[in-house]
Amino acid sequence: MTEIQTQVSPAVTSAFSGVTRPVLVSAVLFMIVTGLVYPLATTGVAQLLFSDQAQGSLITRNGQAVGSRVIGQLFTQPQYFHGRPSATSGTDPNDPANSIDQPYNAANSGASNQGALSKKLLDAVAERTKAYREENGLAADAKVPVDAVTASASGLDPHISLANARLQVPRVAKARNVPEKDVLSVLEQNTAQRQLGVLGEPRVNVLELNLALDEAFKARPVTQ
Amino acid sequence: MTVDIVQFAIILVIMTGLVVVLGKWMARLFTSPAHSFLERGTYRVLGVDPSEKMSWKRYGMVLVLSNATMMLLGYVLLRVQQYLPGDALERASQTPDLAFNTAASFITNTNWQAYSGESSLSNFSQMAVITFLMSVSATTGVAAAGGFIRGLSRRSTGDIGNYWVDFTRVLYRLLLPLCFVMALVYVWQGMPQTLSADAVVATLEGAKQQIIMGPVASFETIKHIGTNGGGFFGMNAAHPFENPTPLTNTLHMLSMLLIPSALTYTFGSMIMRRRQGWAFFGAFVVMFVGFLALIYNAEHSGNPMLTPLGVDQTQSALQGGGNMEGKELRFGVAQSSMFAAVTTAATTGSVDSMHDSYTPMGGFVPLAQMMLNNVFGGDGVGLINLVTYAILTVFLVGMMIGRTPEFLGKKVEAREMKYVMIAVLAHPLSILGFTAIACLVPATMESLANLGPHGFSEVLYAYTSGTANNGSAFAGLNANTPFFNTTIGLAMLVGRYFTLLPMLAVAGVMAAKNSIPASAGTLSTATPLFTGLLVFIVLIVGGLTFLPALALGPIVEHLLLLTGQTF
Repeated sequence: MTEIQTQVSPAVTSAFSGVTRPVLVSAVLFMIVTGLVYPLATTGVAQLLFSDQAQGSLITRNGQAVGSRVIGQLFTQPQYFHGRPSATSGTDPNDPANSIDQPYNAANSGASNQGALSKKLLDAVAERTKAYREENGLAADAKVPVDAVTASASGLDPHISLANARLQVPRVAKARNVPEKDVLSVLEQNTAQRQLGVLGEPRVNVLELNLALDEAFKARPVTQ
Repeated sequence: MTVDIVQFAIILVIMTGLVVVLGKWMARLFTSPAHSFLERGTYRVLGVDPSEKMSWKRYGMVLVLSNATMMLLGYVLLRVQQYLPGDALERASQTPDLAFNTAASFITNTNWQAYSGESSLSNFSQMAVITFLMSVSATTGVAAAGGFIRGLSRRSTGDIGNYWVDFTRVLYRLLLPLCFVMALVYVWQGMPQTLSADAVVATLEGAKQQIIMGPVASFETIKHIGTNGGGFFGMNAAHPFENPTPLTNTLHMLSMLLIPSALTYTFGSMIMRRRQGWAFFGAFVVMFVGFLALIYNAEHSGNPMLTPLGVDQTQSALQGGGNMEGKELRFGVAQSSMFAAVTTAATTGSVDSMHDSYTPMGGFVPLAQMMLNNVFGGDGVGLINLVTYAILTVFLVGMMIGRTPEFLGKKVEAREMKYVMIAVLAHPLSILGFTAIACLVPATMESLANLGPHGFSEVLYAYTSGTANNGSAFAGLNANTPFFNTTIGLAMLVGRYFTLLPMLAVAGVMAAKNSIPASAGTLSTATPLFTGLLVFIVLIVGGLTFLPALALGPIVEHLLLLTGQTF
């Protein structure tokens, strides 16, 4: 045995000795503590204290679940306020191997991920701007709020800006055969200010607003 | 704009207040001699002696071996996912390269995801693999910082503490209690916490909407407090279930900054030089505020290409305005750009907006912060990285004035400078080396979502994020290929262990030295002058290393934006 080996070996054994059991046991023990006990205990207490939110903040109407308060859904009909563009996709029902555009697919959140110089982005925005103006009876050179023509990050954004909502009021009022001021007053009741007066942006929850409209004007026939 | 700046100020002020509270708590946790009942039980089950004193070699060895075993356990669970009962949606197991990438990603605190949570993981895997690995990687980082600080604070000794004690205490006394309380606040604000896989609803227009859910709140807490960053859902903290309100967004940001900022106080407290802790804190804040100003200004101004199309991006009483592509309305540009700055500073990697769709200068900020890697930095490792640069700074300044450099009353000599240089060089070598290789592989072109300089930025961002253990992405890049899964996985391991282990060695070597009294020629490292020097060295070294790569990506893209060029 050379002199070097005798010097090195004690250091090596001291770094390695007696680590097998703790290393193996710690992986399993801490998996149980952090991966099972912690989330399951949290689930138990959360279900007890805030069962509505813990189960996804679902909204029911006439005993039927119609959506989640925090998740956006797709609106295309004129009597409803419309949400932001959504870049989510899903599998084609006719060909499962294919992926197609499926806005507000809450089983597959997604964004466009297009950069600021992307031709695809600019074409999409130009097209949406044109469609928004036509749909809401705006002049061909009217300014359109940015949130109405850009895709959100999740594809499930439940909110729109106040500017966007106001521009949609005439269309919604016309489709529902009610005065604009009545729609405006429902809109105002469903406008959320900044949280705690300072956090985030003032906004309108589209699903809650549309539910409120259906409730307020349920006697009125809707023009499709 | 005033409201935006008030929001920034509120977050920074609350963070500074928490630095003292949590900094004291962590200092006590690392120095208290008493073990609690639960901790003693844990040591018995593990079969370890809590009074054992560990050399840096043994401390580092135990750290690496236990991390490797945990990574392996996570890998195995991901590979057998489809055979485990209880998933109503019967999601398939991950492929070998994807499972390696996922396990490497979460054990190194990177949380890069080449998969989408909704379609790829069962609720069991979200808890027993992802929540587990996020918890233990954060615990490892904070524990390592404890051993590191202890090494620097001691003299003439071979031991830097006991890894098992540090690990167990950080988990039991710090992370789990904080996460549990915060999870309940999150549920109250609208995050799901359930074992159901989904709910199917009939929308107002009569369509069917399948809404995926699960134990999200318990996931989000450790994800942010532990500076982890992986998403329960594909779109991460932009998904309304992961981040339902501006308040949860604010709490996410405070959570990410909590431990990295408070460790500066713990550091000052444990080495008996409080001002040193504040000098480091100052360096973090100065760099952070600079980057925040840059990103907010870029995003607030919006995308100039949209204005001629008739899009109104100006801020008014009725809208937040700005560049809203890939952003959520409830956060607006202010909370989104601050989140992007925080997540890449604290190397969390969680995103509440899509960095790929930021303006070129907005996208420059996350890249640059990850390249510097020590504007706050991740739990534990951020402080360690900053000390790396502090030692480099005293060394360079010592060279200039012709004196032996000293740090915290100890001479800085050749051996520890070698370790410091390994830590400083491993980071750019991994980022630039892997990016260069990826650029030479023809298949890379097929993974890009954007052409031109932005495509290059997507690749550069991927390896920067992996090496910096951040995990955010220019997410247009399709990184779920065997090549990207493997190379990004390796970049994550290099970035984590080749900076952590050399610095534990520095702590071990410094602990063995005797301290020398300060003299008139000693450069004080607890002054604003030193903070300035430190920031300067970080920016110079980082700038010289990464400027050429940045010039090919976001900088040239910005210049093209000004000329109206599209791709």
